[in-house]
Amino acid sequence: MIEAENVHYSYPSKVEALKGISITIKDGEFVAIMGQNGAGKSTFVKHFNGLLKPSVGTVKIDGVETTKSSVAALARNVGFVFQNPDHQLFSETVEEEISFALKNFGFEPKVIEDRVTWALNLLSLTQYRKTSPFLLSGGERKRVALASVLAWDPNTLILDEPTIGQDHEQKEKLRQFIMQLQTQKKTVVAVTHDVEFVAECNPRVVLMKEGKVVADGVGREILTDPAMLEMSSIVLPQVAQVFIKLSALGLPKDIIDLYEAKALLLKTKERLGR
Amino acid sequence: MALIEIKNLTYTYPGASKPSIHDVTLKIEKGEFVLITGPSGCGKTTLCRCFNGLVPHFYQGEVKGEVTVAGINTLEHHTYEMAKHVGLVFQNPENQLFALSIEKDVAFGLENVGTKREEMRKKVDWALNQTGIYDIRERSPHEISGGQQQRVAIASVLAMEPDIIVLDEPTSFLDPLSAEKIFEVIYRLNKEQGITVILVEHRLDLTAKYTNHLILMDQGTVRCEGDPRDILNSEETRLIGVGIPKATLLYQMLKKEGFNLGDQTPLSSEELADQILEALGQK
Ligand SMILES: Nc1ncnc2c1ncn2[C@@H]1O[C@H](COP(=O)(O)OP(=O)(O)OP(=O)(O)O)[C@@H](O)[C@H]1O
Ligand SMILES: Nc1ncnc2c1ncn2[C@@H]1O[C@H](COP(=O)(O)OP(=O)(O)OP(=O)(O)O)[C@@H](O)[C@H]1O
Ligand SMILES: [Mg+2]
Ligand SMILES: [Mg+2]
Repeated sequence: MIEAENVHYSYPSKVEALKGISITIKDGEFVAIMGQNGAGKSTFVKHFNGLLKPSVGTVKIDGVETTKSSVAALARNVGFVFQNPDHQLFSETVEEEISFALKNFGFEPKVIEDRVTWALNLLSLTQYRKTSPFLLSGGERKRVALASVLAWDPNTLILDEPTIGQDHEQKEKLRQFIMQLQTQKKTVVAVTHDVEFVAECNPRVVLMKEGKVVADGVGREILTDPAMLEMSSIVLPQVAQVFIKLSALGLPKDIIDLYEAKALLLKTKERLGR
Repeated sequence: MALIEIKNLTYTYPGASKPSIHDVTLKIEKGEFVLITGPSGCGKTTLCRCFNGLVPHFYQGEVKGEVTVAGINTLEHHTYEMAKHVGLVFQNPENQLFALSIEKDVAFGLENVGTKREEMRKKVDWALNQTGIYDIRERSPHEISGGQQQRVAIASVLAMEPDIIVLDEPTSFLDPLSAEKIFEVIYRLNKEQGITVILVEHRLDLTAKYTNHLILMDQGTVRCEGDPRDILNSEETRLIGVGIPKATLLYQMLKKEGFNLGDQTPLSSEELADQILEALGQK
């Protein structure tokens, strides 16, 4: 569980990035944080693993304030994948990168071996096991960063722009994996600009603007509210765009799912005798 | 001769066990807006590095075949000679930023080619405005958000007004509305000034509508190229795992169920909505 209360944060350069944020994220929830560039999304989630401490207000992870818990305890519970993988990768091979945290947390060698193999496979990296992460493509590097965190199965996962550089197949694998985590009561927070990915996952959506939360609700509702999205510099998912343009047909406007869209349109066709 | 001609290009990075570009042949004409897509790791960035000579001059490795850009053989001429023809926006914006302020970063290329002060001021301000970072121009490029950094990288290349702009996933860090605005700016430069654009993207829902030359890469090769409406409708594309726009997918699903939406594959929500209204006699 993550509890943020009246969180303010200013960078040493005096930029006031967070201006009083209060939200609670329960165990097993999947939350997408969206909003325009510079809204404070990355700054906010860096408070969840204690990387940043609030200037005013509190952040509690599983009931303990981040200012009071040890760095080691936070690191064990909260897995964090950075927006830019280059801020995270440092090992000489992909395998070493992924096993680093597992070794640190004292897992048995056999378990480490299994977890590394599992993570390589999940993120389509098996062929790069012995390769340097710095010789990989942009999307592959992001996946190494993801793998190195998913491998040790943290209770809470913070993913800053997890779909950057990923093709559709990789995104689909990630989506299915996140759904699986939810059934295990793990908490996933993803900062993302990827509207289509959010539409496919339909999680809880928190919209940020200028250091504040401006909306918090079901993905389907927020992603089909044109005024709200425009204010946050977000565009509608493509399916919702189609339905808004079809409003003359008397169809509902809050449609983001392809299969639901198909069923509704076929029904309309029948109704109109076409 | 086309503006860019690549003939039987095969390229292997130093120490790599297999080539990252495998027997690629392509032609890009002046004034085209080309979109390159394909699975992560298929060689898109490597191909971009060939357009301005970073491959092979910076990356070294083993290269076979020919690359000619604006009449210059890039395998024989150095990257700095290409700089006035080709501007490359890197996939990772941070690799492109180094100056003490955003403004200085954007002015750097112009300073290097000896642009006059007044003209430089004009070009820099224009680029800062186009990318929406004029107000933060005095801040350090290392103390801004990911999306703001990406705008700086784009502005630096736009300010140079090169004949060819190569953009490697240039909006991956941008919020969707800003991404759309940047694509519109680039599209306008292409239409109004004839600047040749080569854009690498996974998100075809945002970009397919701008191009009539889509290149689909897979495992170091060009699998197919041509009209995006044909390519996005083909079975092969689906199998490679490319993210087909939702409007295109919905069109295919409806068609399969006997919904007659005409033969034109839509690339945007506008096109699909029009086709649906038309088919239902509501237009
Ligand atoms: N290291 C830093 N030093 C000073 N200011 C910073 C720093 N990092 C970010 N900022 C500023 O803090 C504000 C919030 O930045 P943050 O990175 O949290 O935004 P974001 O919502 O993640 O944006 P993006 O979508 O572009 O990644 C912005 O105004 C940004 O310029
Ligand atoms: N500097 C390098 N040295 C060795 N191999 C490399 C290097 N850079 C990339 N590669 C390899 O070359 C292949 C193509 O990489 P490239 O970066 O061109 O892919 P991409 O299509 O741009 O992928 P992405 O969509 O993930 O950015 C990949 O298998 C990658 O691992
Ligand atoms: Mg960010
Ligand atoms: Mg790339």
